[in-house]
Amino acid sequence: MNNTSQQKNQRPSLSVEIAGLRLKNPVMPASGTFGYGQEYAPFFDLDELGAIVTKGLSLHPKAGNPTPRIAETTSGMLNAIGLQNVGVEDFIRDKMAFLRQFRAPVIANFFGNTLEEYGEMARRLSDLPEVSAAELNISCPNVKKGGIVFGTDPQAAAEVVSLVRRHLDKPLIVKLTPNVTDITVMARAVEEAGADAICCINTLTGMAVDVHRRKLRLANGTGGLSGPAIRPVAVRMVYQVVQTVKVPVIGVGGITKAEDALEFLVVGARAVQVGTANFVDPLAMPKIVEGLERFCREQGMDDINEVIGSLQST
Amino acid sequence: MQNYNSTVLSNQELSPGYYRMRILAPGYVSAAKPGQFVMVRVRGGLEPLLRRPFGIFRTGFMPADCEGLPDKEYVEILYKVVGSGTSLLQDLHQGDRVELLGPLGNGFDIHPAAEQVLVGGGIGLVPLYMLARQLVKGGNVRLLMGGRCRDDILAVTEFERLGVATYVSTDDGSLGEEGLVTEVLERKLAKYPRTNVYACGPTPMLRAVHELCRTRKVPLQVSLEAFMACGVGACLGCVVKGAGHSESDPHYLCTCKEGPVFRAEQLEWDLLEKGHDDCGCTEEEA
Repeated sequence: MNNTSQQKNQRPSLSVEIAGLRLKNPVMPASGTFGYGQEYAPFFDLDELGAIVTKGLSLHPKAGNPTPRIAETTSGMLNAIGLQNVGVEDFIRDKMAFLRQFRAPVIANFFGNTLEEYGEMARRLSDLPEVSAAELNISCPNVKKGGIVFGTDPQAAAEVVSLVRRHLDKPLIVKLTPNVTDITVMARAVEEAGADAICCINTLTGMAVDVHRRKLRLANGTGGLSGPAIRPVAVRMVYQVVQTVKVPVIGVGGITKAEDALEFLVVGARAVQVGTANFVDPLAMPKIVEGLERFCREQGMDDINEVIGSLQST
Repeated sequence: MQNYNSTVLSNQELSPGYYRMRILAPGYVSAAKPGQFVMVRVRGGLEPLLRRPFGIFRTGFMPADCEGLPDKEYVEILYKVVGSGTSLLQDLHQGDRVELLGPLGNGFDIHPAAEQVLVGGGIGLVPLYMLARQLVKGGNVRLLMGGRCRDDILAVTEFERLGVATYVSTDDGSLGEEGLVTEVLERKLAKYPRTNVYACGPTPMLRAVHELCRTRKVPLQVSLEAFMACGVGACLGCVVKGAGHSESDPHYLCTCKEGPVFRAEQLEWDLLEKGHDDCGCTEEEA
């Protein structure tokens, strides 16, 4: 066997780098669809993932919204869970020991209701060596500013990002909401304020009606739409953000299989997150990793980075 | 807890609108406990997107297709066709493929007693069969089975074959006694005050059962249904209000992971929502 064919038989490298973080592959869960990892550990080795992203954490435990909290819609689902979580204290006490056993980097997603809470959370996460990076959820209302969502106002977004940046001693990923007129304005604002990477998109605000009972199907009224239904919107926004900023972009929205993930990579996302698909198939992510490897092999590529941003101009 | 692609072994209509599906399920006979459930997805396609939860009716072995092969291990679910997911299931035949995730959730705690009472409303009877199979080893088991009409009364003879005494009641009197299953329960509790009660069915029935058991200080376990996305405690979409819940101090329990079986005292009964009709599959009515 000559050298060339030996190389061809080698497994392609799926490794990517995000804001100084080396990932084994570009696949990770979307926050809130994977618990704290424990729920899916019975199904596969979590070290098969590029990273583990936790459910959104807040300074104090959060009980979440009344029920019904979820509704199935065409090729998707609406959720209004209300960011139910154990709070950062219980997370450290109860979940850290479990996450410590994995080599896959842990990305802690977090949020706050006020600037102060965001800052305090950034300090708390800085103290945790097991947390490799933090993902900032700015799709929350600022309770001190009349409930305006941080992530829909470029100034408010920049303010919270620069505050968190000052208090956080690790890579900062900022997750953007798609519920804005122009996502590139938000992307530029959070990049200038110090984001090391941008993750987009969060869920699209939606509503569903039970026509028999003449009632909204979620107790909360509105909810976040996720699943395959939103993928074209997500791909478009990731494309736009990639064109706008220099920091790496993580693409998320409706990915259920490797080909979906590749759409995001081709338009320039450095990594992807898988959300609703985890509910549909607990093995969705390992299957996507496998599919990416197969794609590289079929295309004769030995590095997934050759795919990233490989979109051909028409 | 496992997830695999499996094969439909049979799918039969039990009474109008109610089906029994047998699915090949290696590992289930030893793993599945009474009161647990499975998440089923008809393979392929994104419509409907989510799996559907179904209580396990029973597990067992059936002969292999040819001599020399090991017996086939199966799980059986009973379901009522009410929405898009169950309509798809209804159309499946022997040999068709489904994705099977389970067994999931916490089952019933078995409290040994000389007298045990099971209360089933419609398709709510599903999780009670495996429970009955265990309870008959330790004492007298009575099944009080209620429904709107005779079509809602399922699999009663199978309970009888286990040695369970059955008492059927229907709202319209088309089978058994005319009236509510809780009226029968009231009489049984008067006669056998030292019993345990295990119940599954529509929320109004469960509420009435709880009221009867509470006043008579009879231990009660209930199996709840809820619409859910994941079945493993990740999505937090299927929560119910736990005892002591209030607006200012909310306390939610995950139906899939902390349930679906709860001790009555774990729940906030005044706030138990009518989230589940007696459809058995927790789908929106089509």
